[in-house]
Amino acid sequence: MSLADTSHAASASPGVAVRGVVRAAADEDQVENVIRAFVIATCFWAIAAFAAGVLIALQLAIPQLNLDLEWTTFGRLRPLHTSAAIFAFGGTALIGSSLYIVQRTCRTRLFGGEPAGWFIFWGYQLFIVMAATGYLMGVTQSKEYAEPEWYVDLLLTVVWVVYLIVFLGTIMKRRERHIYVANWFLLSFIVTVAMLHIVNNAAVPVSFFGTKSYIVWAGVQDAMTQWWYGHNAVGFFLTAGFLGMMYYFIPKAANRPVYSYRLSIIHFWALIFLYIWAGPHHLHYTALPDWAQSLGMVFSVMLWMPSWGGMINGLMTLSGAWDKLRTDPSLRFTVTSVGFYGMSTFEGPMMSIKQVNGLSHYTDWTIGHVHSGALGWNAFITFGVLYYLVPVLWGRKEIYSRTLVAWHFWTATLGIVLYITAMWVSGIMQGLMWRAYDELGFLQYSFIETVEAMKPFYFIRALGGVLFLTGGLIMIYNLWRTVTSGEKAEKPVRLAVAQA
Amino acid sequence: MRFNHGMIERNSVLLLVLSFLTVTIGGIAEIVPLFAVETTIERVKGVRPYTPLELAGRNIYVREGCYLCHSQQIRPFRDEYERYGHYSLAAESMYDHPFQWGSKRTGPDLARVGGRYSHEWHMAHLIAPRSVVPESIMPGYPFLVRRLDAADIVGHLKANRAVGVPYTDEMLANARADLEAQANPDADTVGLLKRYPKAVVGNFDGDAATLTEMDALIAYLQMLGTLVRFSDVRPEHLKQ
Repeated sequence: MSLADTSHAASASPGVAVRGVVRAAADEDQVENVIRAFVIATCFWAIAAFAAGVLIALQLAIPQLNLDLEWTTFGRLRPLHTSAAIFAFGGTALIGSSLYIVQRTCRTRLFGGEPAGWFIFWGYQLFIVMAATGYLMGVTQSKEYAEPEWYVDLLLTVVWVVYLIVFLGTIMKRRERHIYVANWFLLSFIVTVAMLHIVNNAAVPVSFFGTKSYIVWAGVQDAMTQWWYGHNAVGFFLTAGFLGMMYYFIPKAANRPVYSYRLSIIHFWALIFLYIWAGPHHLHYTALPDWAQSLGMVFSVMLWMPSWGGMINGLMTLSGAWDKLRTDPSLRFTVTSVGFYGMSTFEGPMMSIKQVNGLSHYTDWTIGHVHSGALGWNAFITFGVLYYLVPVLWGRKEIYSRTLVAWHFWTATLGIVLYITAMWVSGIMQGLMWRAYDELGFLQYSFIETVEAMKPFYFIRALGGVLFLTGGLIMIYNLWRTVTSGEKAEKPVRLAVAQA
Repeated sequence: MRFNHGMIERNSVLLLVLSFLTVTIGGIAEIVPLFAVETTIERVKGVRPYTPLELAGRNIYVREGCYLCHSQQIRPFRDEYERYGHYSLAAESMYDHPFQWGSKRTGPDLARVGGRYSHEWHMAHLIAPRSVVPESIMPGYPFLVRRLDAADIVGHLKANRAVGVPYTDEMLANARADLEAQANPDADTVGLLKRYPKAVVGNFDGDAATLTEMDALIAYLQMLGTLVRFSDVRPEHLKQ
């Protein structure tokens, strides 16, 4: 049986169709080969991102691991880690699942079909590889989360425009009257990221054949543009896009409708309107004029409400199906991820208050906050989506081992807890040490004393990372076995129906 | 007419346009005034474009990701004033493409590190940080003693001019000579210092024969935060 045949059997299988409230499309053959490729690439980038994170965490604890080589210093590997996590792992998961979701919820085949899907897949993977190899060679714009140089930015722009056309085209030829809520979030994520990417990366290359360029914005205006981009990479890439995932996979796996239709409307528009204003909270007490800092703070605090609107809508969808948390591998991760989402979207507005930020900024507290979102929310929901998608896409009845899912869940959760608590302690401690005065009115600590005090927490953080990486490896083994030896688990009756 | 959200849910182009308009507002409100309001940049004297050697050094600073652990932005707090100096001004980074304010202080702030340490200290520290600061967790950069590749230094100045840095024709014409003169204490630096006041001239890495990446990086570090003379600055100059 060819891959195409399998995909048809899988999408037409009634076992899948009865799983959710969103009607599965049995009507039209859907592009699934590409989605399978996205799933495999997501698994690969997950391990790459976690491993790079463990390495740079250890470099901070044991500086000799920088090896005195230019390609292996923290300064070059840190963008490798962040890009691998956000754009390679997160982005591949997001684009892949969005193409799956839009076909299912519109009950139609991907606009542009397989060629368009493959173009997006390979174009995006090429973007990742070009960006990553550039970092190791020292090719960077030095704008956080927008490090790739001008020629890589141009490639991403082309891929992204095709992605927008394919996504919008699929919605336009939908066989449902209404556009499903997940697609509102995904569409706004795609169009907003396009806007942010183009404006923030505007640059003049030194020469057509060289890698180096100079950003058109300067100083304070560049700082504002960068964090308008940077915070909305969080707001739209890591939040709106992943909320789109939440709005599809939680109702599907729980087999319940979305809790509140009205809430989804209100929190969608409020979220996308407010998020854009939040950037200046990265620039508190800097040379950015006060009025801009205050605007950023006020909007960041307001952002708490639509964020929790999303959390409530996700969690309450479980009403009447809470028992599935014990039994459904996918829901266990997706629901926990929504919990972490709620936690970090409370912490974020709190840290955006100027007086709190005066303590937290420049310290590890920020790093901990980012990871409660990145590991707890983005990675966990992606794990849940993978546990859901692999059996569906490869036509398996269920995941190979629920015991291994439990092991993954608890090692990863313990890893996150170690990570974020270590960073809370080290961040708040360092912030307090910087501003401590002795009884004679002198600064109590030299800077290097505050660095020394971080050491134990850097080891604990690295241990948390190792646990998270271990969990990821357990997942990949489990998914691999699901695909390769899941056949036995398939009920003969269902196979017969599927092929009928 | 009663508003009906269903209209938006049934029209993908309407959904796209409305959500795009919604996300443009915040950015326009926060970014455009920074260009339009003249007081955004403080009226202080002394800030000038980077010398060719400083610019080459800055590009190494960017290449190695120094900004990931070192901020260049001092906040108006008592402890930061005592540790690092006067709080940073927007004017001080007005020719920075891109800005290097940073977001994390794994190491100390560098906004005013210029002149604080000797060239020899920087050289030893960059090659082997723990040789001078035993508790340091900074990576070593021994590879920076290689020859500086600045064949296209004029192109770099031109690209900066294209994005708004006021490099003059004279600066462009003398770029290569200025680049080499700054790292050579025996050179004629009258023209260099006229074009770029307060430029630090010296044999930064102790090796007079070769113009190295280390020369460029130390030249950049030694000018950070030294351009504005704060004893001349009045409060009305700083109002944003």
